[in-house]
Amino acid sequence: MRSLRDRLLGVVVLALLVALWQIVANLKLVSPVYLPGPDRAFTALVHGLAASDLGAKLMGTIEHMIEGWLLASIAGIALGALIGASSQARAFIAPTLEFLRPLPASAIIPVAIAVFGLSPAMALGVIAFGAIWPMLLATIHGFAAVEPRLYEVAAALRLSRPAVIFKIALPSALPDILAGLRLGLTVALILAVVCEMIAGLNGLGNWVLLSARMFRSADLFAGVILLGAVGFVGALALNIAERRLLAWRAP
Amino acid sequence: MKVDARAFALPLALIVMAEIGARAHGPSDSLAPPSAIAAAFLEALSDGSLLIATRDTLASAFAGLLVGGAIGLSLGVALGAVPALNRALEAAIELTRPIPSVALVPIALVALGFGYRLEIAIVAYACVWPLLLLTRAAVAGVEPRLIEVARALRLNPLARVVKIVVPAALPRIFVAFRLAAGVALIVAVTVEIAVNPIGLGAGIMTAGQALRPELMLAYLVWIGLVGFALNALLVLAQQRLFGRAAQVAEAP
Repeated sequence: MRSLRDRLLGVVVLALLVALWQIVANLKLVSPVYLPGPDRAFTALVHGLAASDLGAKLMGTIEHMIEGWLLASIAGIALGALIGASSQARAFIAPTLEFLRPLPASAIIPVAIAVFGLSPAMALGVIAFGAIWPMLLATIHGFAAVEPRLYEVAAALRLSRPAVIFKIALPSALPDILAGLRLGLTVALILAVVCEMIAGLNGLGNWVLLSARMFRSADLFAGVILLGAVGFVGALALNIAERRLLAWRAP
Repeated sequence: MKVDARAFALPLALIVMAEIGARAHGPSDSLAPPSAIAAAFLEALSDGSLLIATRDTLASAFAGLLVGGAIGLSLGVALGAVPALNRALEAAIELTRPIPSVALVPIALVALGFGYRLEIAIVAYACVWPLLLLTRAAVAGVEPRLIEVARALRLNPLARVVKIVVPAALPRIFVAFRLAAGVALIVAVTVEIAVNPIGLGAGIMTAGQALRPELMLAYLVWIGLVGFALNALLVLAQQRLFGRAAQVAEAP
């Protein structure tokens, strides 16, 4: 663990950087049209949450992100378990998945718009499609990499196929799956923002783009700060979950 | 690399099913049969629009990768080699990193306007992180005895970094570079789809808005091929350059 002194040092340096930002903004080294000082950004943040609809936008983005991510996680782990549990299925399906994986998920946005229109369903589909890959591939890989002797134990114990999946394969694949979940959440947030920008859905993506169009840089920075906070809290929550769920593993 | 014939069964079946399904359904504004997609692809290829768009996207992606990669690499080496600096900047990095790259698009749009610079700036931001984090880990994990050797040879700090630390960390740095290249392409296309009117992303958006699903899907297939080819090329380069060392580096 990091010591208290190191953390304190980090916070002090962070405060110095914010102070530097304030000085740069006050001296107008960068035009205030692009760069508001932290004071103005913070005021816009508080004002937006208290008096404007920034809170609703924040909830909109979180909703898009979580819904798409959950859908992708459930589908990804279920499909991954089905594919990973059979070496036949792996041989047929895995190469196609490997081919599709490097495809930028945002490239299917126009296709999704053509099929679903500029609707929340479009965003859900795009986010789920983009965020499914880390979970899907991690689950397949996790299932494929189970220690073979565990399967022999399962055969000796005459476990049924579902019992093998839930008692041996899934726990053994759990570290891979958790890493996939974390990556998937990052992808989900990015795609949520992009979809909101393009389709004008209720969310922070829409907020930051509109603020930029109106040259309201303080509102823009408030939105970006909130998006960073969403990403930070999401990663932190998954880190804590990971530590809890993997407590049985040797450190 | 051995290719299993079974790998081709699923894509072929899907293409045949799409062809039959699309023909049975009749003309549509949102989807098109694979034969029409192939025709639109050849047309876009022969009139040059596809190649120009590919050039714009790849140029922005690589420029961003170079800028962001250089920043990430130098920061990563510095933070990995000087633990005190790393501890001092840790909180700032941990709070900046979760900001999604696309969230910065509006800021860059106001500051830089449409065009290559906007896209390069966003790609660079996104590419800083993989290189920074993995280089930092690689440099911090350099075999301590190599550092002792450097001390014994009385290398000055710069020579120590250039002659000992970076070569020792190079396989893992190349893995980081490969990951960042994938990120660069994804972010470039995403920026183009979201706001920037150049490149493949703008091409696919325009085709979709013009209700030309066959052209839109041709772009989609092409973007997939470009992404796949880039990734395959970098994996090949990694195996050629570093052989087993890179595989070991990727394991953890």
